[in-house]
Amino acid sequence: MTRKAVGLRAVSLLALLFLYGPILVLVAYSFNAAHLSMAWHGTTLKWYVALIHDEALLAATANSVVIAVVSTIGATVLGGLLAFGMEGMSRSRQQLLEGSLVLPLMIPEVMMGVALMLFFLLLNMPLGLTTVILGHIVFNIPLVTIMIRTRLRKLDPALREAAADLGADAWDTFRYVTFPLLRPAVWGAVLVAFTVSLDDFLVTFFTAGPGATTLPLKVYSMIKSGVTPEINALSALLVAVSMACVALSLHLQRREV
Amino acid sequence: MQTRTTGSGTVSPRESCRSSWLAVPALVWMALFFLVPLGLVFAISFASRGTYGGIVWEFTTANYLDLLHPLYGKILGHSLWYATLTTACCFVLGFPLAYVIARSPARWQPALLLLVMLPFWTNFLVRTYAWMILLRHDGLINNALVSLGLVTDRLELLYTPTAVVIGLVYGYLPFMVLPLYVAVERLDPALVEAAWDLYASRWAVFSRVVVPLTMPGIVGGCVLVFIPSIGSFITPDLLGGARSMMIGNLIQHEYLVARDWPLGSAVSFVLMAVVMAAVALHYRQADRSAGPVDER
Repeated sequence: MTRKAVGLRAVSLLALLFLYGPILVLVAYSFNAAHLSMAWHGTTLKWYVALIHDEALLAATANSVVIAVVSTIGATVLGGLLAFGMEGMSRSRQQLLEGSLVLPLMIPEVMMGVALMLFFLLLNMPLGLTTVILGHIVFNIPLVTIMIRTRLRKLDPALREAAADLGADAWDTFRYVTFPLLRPAVWGAVLVAFTVSLDDFLVTFFTAGPGATTLPLKVYSMIKSGVTPEINALSALLVAVSMACVALSLHLQRREV
Repeated sequence: MQTRTTGSGTVSPRESCRSSWLAVPALVWMALFFLVPLGLVFAISFASRGTYGGIVWEFTTANYLDLLHPLYGKILGHSLWYATLTTACCFVLGFPLAYVIARSPARWQPALLLLVMLPFWTNFLVRTYAWMILLRHDGLINNALVSLGLVTDRLELLYTPTAVVIGLVYGYLPFMVLPLYVAVERLDPALVEAAWDLYASRWAVFSRVVVPLTMPGIVGGCVLVFIPSIGSFITPDLLGGARSMMIGNLIQHEYLVARDWPLGSAVSFVLMAVVMAAVALHYRQADRSAGPVDER
C-alpha cells in the first residue's frame, strides 16, 4: 500500500509540475531583457512599459471591458430571472430546462461562433461590439442560472414561509429575505461571467467586426504575427487578472457560510 | 410553454404561475440567439454554395457526401485520434492526482482541488502560448535537451501532432481530475484494504476494485475531456502544423477562407453528432450506475 502511494504521489507531483511549469516560465520570461533569444539577459520591466504605450492594445482592453461589463449585466439579469422562474415550474419541466441549459456549454465553441456569425450576417447586422455582446450573453446565461439555482435550492424554504407569514408580499420577501441570502451566489456568478467573457476567444473571433478587437483577439494576432516579448508581459498580466478574479470569487464564497 | 402552473414544493400555485413568467426573457433570448442560429447552420448544411461564396437555397445532400472525400476523412480521423489520445493521457496523469487528493487529509482537499483548477481559470490562449515558448526550436525544452547532451540536433517539437496533444492534455486535465476526485472520495477505503488483505495483486486491486467502483467518475472525466478536445480550435491552430488540422480548424477554414458555408455547416453538424454521442454515453453510464451522480 505504501509503495503504491509513493508512486501515486510521484505522478501527482509530476501532474502539478506539468500544470504550473509553463505558466511560471511564461511569467519569468516576461521580465527577460533579451529581445528575441531565450537566453537570460537580465531583469527588466521594459516590456510592461511598452504595453502601456501600445494604443491598439489599450483600445482592445477598453473593448474587452465594455463587452464583459455589458454582457455580464445582461446575463446576470436574464439568467437570474430564469433561475427564479424555474422555481415555479413542475419538476419535469425544471429537469428538461436544466438539461437544455447544459447544451450551450457542451457544444463546440467553434460551432456557436459560426452559427452566430451566420445569423448576424443573414440578418444584415454589421458585426461589431453589439454582436459580440449578444453572443457573450448566450453562453453566460446558462452559467449564471446554474450557479444561482444551486444556491437557491439550498435555501431553507422556511425562511421565505416565515416572511410570508409575517405579512411580507412576494416582492418584500425577495427584497429582504431571498436576495440577501443569494447575494454571494449572485456576486460569484457575476465574477464567473465577467471572467469567461473577458477570456473568450472563439465566439468573439467570429462575431467581432474590424472595429471590435478585444484583448484575446489582440493576443491571438500578436502570437500569430510573430513572437515579441510584449506578448509575454501581456500574458503575465492576464494571468494575474484571472488569479485575482478567482481569489475574489473564493473570498465571496467563504462569506457565504 | 412556461405559463402552466404546477405548484411545486412550498410555493402556492398562484405564486408559481406568476414566478414562472420570469423565465420568459432568458428563454426567448436563448431561442433567438442559440437555437435559431443552430437551426440555420443545419438548414445551410443542406443548401448549395453560390459561385462567389454565399448560399443558394437548393436542397442537396452533396455537402455531406463531400465529407467522404479522403482529405476530409483524414482530418476527421486525426481529430478523433488526438482527442482519444488526449483523453487517455489525461486519465493516466489525472487518476493518480485525483486519488492522492481524495485520500489526503480532509482540510487540505479544497486547497488541492483549487490548485488543480487554478490554471483552468487563466486565459486559454495564454496557456497555449506558454507551450510555444517551451516547444520552440530554440525553446526551453530543446535548450535543456541539448545542454544535457541527450540530443545533438534540436528536435522539431512545435507544429507537430505531439505538440497538439500536449496542449490539449494541458488545457483539459482539470476536467478529468474533478469527476475522478468525486468518485474516489466516495470509494470506501475498506474495500481496497479488503482486496489487499486477500492478496490481490496491485493490478487486480486497480482493475477489479478501484476501476469498477469509480466508473461513473471515469466516464464523466473522459467525456468532459473528449468533448472540448474534439472540438478544439486554438490548440491545433497555434501548436499544430498544416498536417495536424482538426475539425474545428476545418470549420473555420471553410467559413472564413474557402467561404464555403454549406460545407462548413455540414462539418459542424458532423462534429456536433460526435459530441452528442459522447454526451449520450455519459448519461447512459450515469443512469446505469443508478445513484445520485451529481449531487452538488
